[in-house]
Amino acid sequence: MSHAAGSPSPGAGAREEPVLRVQGLGKRYGSREALRDVAFAARPGEMVAVIGPNGAGKTTLLSILGGVQAPSTGAVQHTGAIGWVPQQPALYSKLSVAENLRLFARLERVADPQAVVERMLAQTGLADRAEERVDRLSGGNRQRVNVALGLLADPPVILLDEPSSSLDPAQRERLWQFIEELAASGTSVVFSTHIVGEAERYAHRVIVLDGGVLLFDGPPAGLMSESAGGDFEQAVVSFLRTGDTR
Amino acid sequence: MRWLLRKDLVILGRSRLLVALLVIYPVAIALLIGLAISASPSKPRVAIVDETPPGETITLGGTRVGLDEYTNELFNHVQVVRVPTRAAAVAKVTSGDVLAAIVIPPDIVSKISSGVSQAQAEVIYNGDALKQSFVRSAINSALAQANLALSQQIKSVAVHDLNLLLAGGKIGPLGSQELIGLRQLPATLKTLAARQPQAADRATLTRIAGFADLAANNLGLAADVLTTVSQPIAVHSTLLHGKRTPLDTYAVVVAVSISLMFICVLLAAGGIALEREEHVIARLVRGSPASVPSRAKPATGESTGGKPTRGERRLRRGRPLDKPLISREGLLAEKALLAAGCAFVVAFAMLLGVSAFVSLDLSRIGQWVLALAFGACGFAALGVAIGALAREVRAASLLAFLLSLPLAFLALVPSGSVAGGLYSAIVAVSYVFPYKAALQALDAAVNGASPAIAGSLVHLVLLTLLFGVLARLGLRRAE
Repeated sequence: MSHAAGSPSPGAGAREEPVLRVQGLGKRYGSREALRDVAFAARPGEMVAVIGPNGAGKTTLLSILGGVQAPSTGAVQHTGAIGWVPQQPALYSKLSVAENLRLFARLERVADPQAVVERMLAQTGLADRAEERVDRLSGGNRQRVNVALGLLADPPVILLDEPSSSLDPAQRERLWQFIEELAASGTSVVFSTHIVGEAERYAHRVIVLDGGVLLFDGPPAGLMSESAGGDFEQAVVSFLRTGDTR
Repeated sequence: MRWLLRKDLVILGRSRLLVALLVIYPVAIALLIGLAISASPSKPRVAIVDETPPGETITLGGTRVGLDEYTNELFNHVQVVRVPTRAAAVAKVTSGDVLAAIVIPPDIVSKISSGVSQAQAEVIYNGDALKQSFVRSAINSALAQANLALSQQIKSVAVHDLNLLLAGGKIGPLGSQELIGLRQLPATLKTLAARQPQAADRATLTRIAGFADLAANNLGLAADVLTTVSQPIAVHSTLLHGKRTPLDTYAVVVAVSISLMFICVLLAAGGIALEREEHVIARLVRGSPASVPSRAKPATGESTGGKPTRGERRLRRGRPLDKPLISREGLLAEKALLAAGCAFVVAFAMLLGVSAFVSLDLSRIGQWVLALAFGACGFAALGVAIGALAREVRAASLLAFLLSLPLAFLALVPSGSVAGGLYSAIVAVSYVFPYKAALQALDAAVNGASPAIAGSLVHLVLLTLLFGVLARLGLRRAE
C-alpha cells in the first residue's frame, strides 16, 4: 500500500505551505483507542475528504481538529483560526438567520460584525431570508447558515462534519457548490462524509480511516489504482476489505 | 456573556406563553394568597340546632347558671348558622353549606343539673378525610372551649357556696337570713360548752366543736381542689428564641419561596439544556485544537523529519490556546444569572403584591432583597446542574419539577410529626438542597424569625458553590 500523504492536489495550492498539519494524533476513551497515530496536512484551497466506515474515527478526528475535544497524543499545527461545522446544525432555532450570524460574529469578536453578517448572507445566498427564523428554514438552508457560522472569523481552514448527510440531492448540490466556491477562494476544506461519491467528486485528496487508523492519504484516483477496480465506491469497499486482511 | 444574555432575553421574549406565565404567575399567586388570607373565614361555619327550651338554666345548689354561658362560648368559636331541626342541619352539612352541625339536645340542662349523668351534644359532619380531620379538630376545639367556660361557671358557683359554708353570710331573698360559717362554729360551740355544767352535754358540745374545726380546715382546701379539677393543666407558653412567625405571613413566605424555586430551577435547567439541544455548546466552548506531545513517531508522510519545525517547537512548548467564545463556567454563570434575575423579579413582585393584603414589615425590604437574591443563586445553581446533567429540555424540566416538589414538601415537614429517624433523614436531605435554607432566609427576612438570616445566607452560598461544581462536571463533554 502506498501512503501518498500530503500529495498536492491539482490546482489546489500545491506549492503553498500547509495551513493545517496533524502529527501523531491519538485519542483514547478508556481502553478503547478511537484514533491512532494519525498524520496528514491540508494546503490552502485544498478539499480533503475523510472517509471510512461507521466508527472509523472521522467525527473524533474533526472534533479534535476543531478544538471541541483534546487529543490523547499528537500535535495539530495551524496557521490561523479553524472553522468548525458540526454534523447537526448548531444554531439558535428561535433566532433569525441574521441574528444567529450577528450573535456569533460578536462572540467571535470580529472587527465589524454587521459587515461580516452581510458578507456571509451574500456568500450563502440567504440575504433575502435574513430575517426569517431558523426553525422555518429548509434543512439545506439551515446547513448553509451552519457553515456560514464556521466561516465568520474568515478561517484559512474549515472542518465540515458530514455536511450533506441530512439533505436531499438538490440541497446537496447547492451546498457543494457553495463549498467549492469557498475552496476556490483559498479556504482549505476538510470534510468527512459517508457518501463516498462526494469524496470522489469534490475532494482533491482522500483520507481513509478505519478503526482509528489512517489507511490511505492521497488523491481519489490513487485510491482507485490501489483497489481491484470498479467504481469509486467499490474501490473504497475493496480497499477496506484488503485493509482487514492486512 | 452579555451577548448570550441578550440572546436569551430575545428568545425568552419570543416565548409569549413563558413571558405571560412569568407576568401572570406572581400577580395571580399574590392575589390568591392575599385573598385567601384576608377573606378566609377565621371560624368554621357550623349549623347549630338548639333544642333546649329558651331561657333554661342549670340549678346548682340553689344558684342558677344560664345555659347561654355555654352556647355563647361555643358560638364565639364558630360561625353560627342557626337551624331549627336536626334534619335541616343534616341537609346543610350534606350540601356543604356548613362544615358541621352541633345538636344541643333538650335534656342537656336536666342532665347537667342532675350531677350524676354526663350531658351529650351531637356533632354531624361530612366530607373527605382531610375535611373530616379539619372539622373534627375545629369542632372539638370549640366544644372544649365551651366546656371549659361552663365548668368555670359551675366551679365559681361551687366555690361561692363553699365559701358561704365556711365563712357564713347572708342568704335568702335580699340577704334576709344570716348563715353562720363553719369556721365560726368551733369558737361558738366552745363558748357554749364552757357555760354548760360539767356533764354529758358539755362533752358532746366540745366533740362537735372539734369536728367543726376539722371540717372547716379541710373544706378550706376544697376551693383549690375545685379549681384544679375544673382545669387540671393551665398552659403558659414560653418561646425559647426568636420571634414567632404569624401563620399568614409564614404562608406568604412559603408561597414566595416555592415560586422562586420553581421559576429559577426550571429556567436555569431549561436554559442550559436548550443550548445542548440546539447543539450549540460545542460551538461556544471549543478552543483551538490542543496538542499533546506524541511519544510515537508520525506514521505517515507529513512528518517533518528529525528536526522539529519552528511551529512544532512552538506547539511542544505549549502554545496558549485561543480562548473559546465563552468558557463553560461563563456559560453556566450566564444561564444562572438569567434564571436568578427573572425569578428574583417575580418573587419580589409577589412579596410586594401580597403586602397589599397582608401586613408585612416594609422596613425589612433590604433583607428581603438579600434573602431572595441568595435563594435565587442557590436555586439557579441547582437548575444549571440539572440542565447540564439532563441534556435535553424536556428531561431537564421534568427532573427539575420532580426534584423540586418533594424537596419543598420535605422542608415543610415539622419536627415531631414523623418518626425520629425519618426526620433526621429529612433534615439531612433538606440540608443539601437550597429550599430549606432559602425558606429560612426569607422567613428571617420577612418575619424576623429564627434562625438568623446570616446563617441561611452562608448555607445558600455553600450550596451554590456545590451545585456550580456539579454543573461544571455535567458540562465536561460539550457534545
